[in-house]
Amino acid sequence: MQLGDIITTRIDEVVKWGRKFSLWPMPFGTACCAIEFMGVVSSHFDISRFGAELVRFSPRQADLLLVMGTVNYKQAPILKRIYEQMCEPKWVISMGACASSGGFYDNYSVVQGIDEIIPVDVYVPGCPPRPEQLLDAVIKLQQKLQGIKEEN
Amino acid sequence: MQLALNRLKETFGDSILETHSCLGNETAVVEKEKIVEVIRFLRDTQGLEFNFMMDLAGADYPERSERFEVIYHLYSLSTKKRVRIKVRVPEANPVVPSITSLYKAANWFEREAFDMYGIRFDGHPNLKRILTFDEFEGYPLRKDYPVNKRPKIPTPDPLIKV
Repeated sequence: MQLGDIITTRIDEVVKWGRKFSLWPMPFGTACCAIEFMGVVSSHFDISRFGAELVRFSPRQADLLLVMGTVNYKQAPILKRIYEQMCEPKWVISMGACASSGGFYDNYSVVQGIDEIIPVDVYVPGCPPRPEQLLDAVIKLQQKLQGIKEEN
Repeated sequence: MQLALNRLKETFGDSILETHSCLGNETAVVEKEKIVEVIRFLRDTQGLEFNFMMDLAGADYPERSERFEVIYHLYSLSTKKRVRIKVRVPEANPVVPSITSLYKAANWFEREAFDMYGIRFDGHPNLKRILTFDEFEGYPLRKDYPVNKRPKIPTPDPLIKV
């Protein structure tokens, strides 16, 4: 084994570790899930314990897109555009039943899950989910970033 | 107390097709050609003064020969009375005169009825879809719109194209 290989691997791991604890979320909040998100970023649940407290309201400065709430067909191109405006690498959490599957809005106007438009890394069930569930989603995403496979 | 309905019958006679009154809810079905005149009369006549257009909605009754209905809800801020006016139109030619010349508020309501039911409002300044997107096919609140039909993801608005 050569010395260089070892150094490359370690830098890789360090970069992963750094990314993991410095996620910059951008909220795309369209419904009540966004209200739960306010609880998640506030002191009681405190997402900054997991290094993701720096909420940006511009996709250019964020690497974690949090889609929270109902997305209808009229909004779909806007959501896609915002996702495209984010710099690589980027990740998406789909929060709540509506964003993940359309929820109970099984009708002509609502997109039946945002994965019809953009790729999703972590889905959070619930209507709306408890704040702990979003924290759990952030932890799951961190595991994914570190390359840890989930045990079932 | 059926002041508004009686005044309408006195003034418009046979153009008032049906009336109904129950517990202070007054309803009149009028000929669609007369709708602008009827509503202007209700708004401008002293003692009636229905100066607030609260709601305007479409409705679909597939079993009727005149399938669609447009319902106007008026309120008088001075007498605190309400009246409901209905107009019926057939599927073949669902056109109703616009009342945007009388109430500016009717603009978006008429666009909504057009968007959801395909009822066209003659004389409307900007009759285009308001809730769904321009490429949307069909009228989703019609009873024969398929429950499971889903539109395609629309192309982005020119405003968000770079």
